[in-house]
Amino acid sequence: MNTSPLVEMKHIHKRFGGVHAVKDVSIDLYPGEVVGILGHNGAGKSVLMHMLSGALPVNQGEILIHGEKVRFDNPREARGKGIETIYQTLALADNLNAPANLFLGRELKTRWGTLDDDSMEAESRKVLQRLNPYFTNINDAVINMSGGQRQVVAIGRAIYFDARILIMDEPTAALGPSESAMVTELIKKLRADGIGIFLISHDMHDVFDLCDRVMVMKNGENVGMHRIEEVTKDDLLSLIIVGHLPEGWVPRNKKMEA
Amino acid sequence: MTDTPTDTSLGDDRPDTGSDRSESKLTALFRTCEIDARMAAMVVVLIAVWLGMHVLTDGFFLTARNLYNLTVQSSVVGIMATGMVLVIVARHIDLSVGSVMGFTGMVIAWLQVDVFPLGVVWNWPATIVLGLMLGALIGAWQGYWIAYRSIPAFVVTLGGLLMFRGLAFLVTDGRTVAPMDPTYQLLGGGIDGSIGETWSWVFGIVAIAVIAFMTWQQRHSRIKHGFPTKHILIEWMLFVIWSSLIIAFVVVMNSYTKPRTDIPRGIPVPVLILIGVVLVMALITKVTTFGRYVFAMGGNPRAAELSGINVKKMTLFIFVVMGILCGVAAVITTARLNAGANSMGQLAELSVIAAAVIGGTSLAGGVGSIAGAILGAVIMQSLENGMVLMGVSSAMRQVVIGLVLLLAVWFDTLYKKPH
Repeated sequence: MNTSPLVEMKHIHKRFGGVHAVKDVSIDLYPGEVVGILGHNGAGKSVLMHMLSGALPVNQGEILIHGEKVRFDNPREARGKGIETIYQTLALADNLNAPANLFLGRELKTRWGTLDDDSMEAESRKVLQRLNPYFTNINDAVINMSGGQRQVVAIGRAIYFDARILIMDEPTAALGPSESAMVTELIKKLRADGIGIFLISHDMHDVFDLCDRVMVMKNGENVGMHRIEEVTKDDLLSLIIVGHLPEGWVPRNKKMEA
Repeated sequence: MTDTPTDTSLGDDRPDTGSDRSESKLTALFRTCEIDARMAAMVVVLIAVWLGMHVLTDGFFLTARNLYNLTVQSSVVGIMATGMVLVIVARHIDLSVGSVMGFTGMVIAWLQVDVFPLGVVWNWPATIVLGLMLGALIGAWQGYWIAYRSIPAFVVTLGGLLMFRGLAFLVTDGRTVAPMDPTYQLLGGGIDGSIGETWSWVFGIVAIAVIAFMTWQQRHSRIKHGFPTKHILIEWMLFVIWSSLIIAFVVVMNSYTKPRTDIPRGIPVPVLILIGVVLVMALITKVTTFGRYVFAMGGNPRAAELSGINVKKMTLFIFVVMGILCGVAAVITTARLNAGANSMGQLAELSVIAAAVIGGTSLAGGVGSIAGAILGAVIMQSLENGMVLMGVSSAMRQVVIGLVLLLAVWFDTLYKKPH
């Protein structure tokens, strides 16, 4: 990689009381790269990403963005550095409509300082219909929308503000097949635009389809970071379940050459 | 509504998603008119209550005199209910509003009668300013414990209910303070406490002009952005309905005359204050980030926090607003009573919460409207007023109001059941 990394997380620790949720994990991310983060539930994937998105404070270790050391006390500061997060739970206010959710915390204002709902609606229509041309009922409360539409709102919210770094926590988990395909296409498009993406996923198909590198976590530790072409599905499952590669492991791409 | 689990695929979404479910014709009509079905139901309830009471009171309920009194009676509860909407929407509760109103009212009366020199021009305006500031301060105090010390609002304001009732007594050791300044009394809507025939018409015409302008402006803006708009006939229909209501209101207020004269009273001052409060609160909920955040916090507190909203600060603000509105209610109450009595506002918290809930504010948070709360306050007050006219005992009135509250919350849970 000849460019400099977007994100460097170095020797990160996180404790919740007596629980050591993240142990000495280091990971980096380059522009136009998708890095998968795999592991069982409770392996520490989400906690690690919550520290990058500013939702949780770091106990120990450092985070560098564009080579500059940062400290996030809240999600707003992380967003200020171009880090956008699509949370597993979507983090949408169910009672509000799509534009209100898209701009939540960053509302557009009129020259009198009041909410400019018309401009927000216009911008929302642009960004949401780019993601899904059939998305017209954007003024409904999002609770009345399908899973796919809600996901489009969540993703639209992340990309509208020119994210450089995107954290996606299981973006396709709640979706049907065609919606998943739409999200997959979108991730590829964002990667082509030079955005760096951390992708937390349980879906092996997505992982092999999208990721350039994968890190596997187990009990809060990084048990393996590999380029996707080095590993097979069985290799990753072995890392996830027992925490190490199979006996006598040879990188998949080397095996092909042999 | 039969959503099968496989029906979530985005590819199957047709452009009219959301409206093509099996709606009843009535719901479809409301949707095209952009009328909130719940609001419409409340209007129907109100009309039913009015007609029923009119029959039961042998044609006295719907007279100018009674409607005039009804609006004045509704204004105190209505003002506090608009604040309660924000509190409940944000998933909190405020049980202390009656006591806070009683305490600030006592302080206002005490300052006006016992402390400041009588007869000076600045006396009553100063007591109002200080009273509102006291309300804000009490709100900040309670909001601090709720927001920054994470004590449930139920507990903090239950404490407040006792504390401020006690303080209301302590201001003058239980003595009633009277009389209030004659000019100040006008704020309570007594015999001279209304704006007269001419000004009432001016008010009505200005109100209609404002509605016409706002309707045109909104439509213009939506057309400019290329958004779908309501049908022009529906727009006109709504405008005609609103204008007729305003004209009817002015006519009724002008039909009630001062005692032993033909001089029309016009719109009572407390009702004007209520209208002012409603406008300000409606603006706060519709066009400020604060209002947007209150609803976001009610819809999903975690999402609000992750979106960078300072949830604690917003919570504090909500209770400050509630406190100020208790101060406004205290001004009207003391002016109307022409005294400060430490029993002021007793059990008012229940009427206020009931008005908000009957008006469609969901106790689960995230849903509620200022207009609904006013409707709720009027429905509550109509029942109370009608039963008084019918000679129902106060014990029996409490039973009925209690049952109505139960029904309203039951309706709320029915409404919220997944379709």
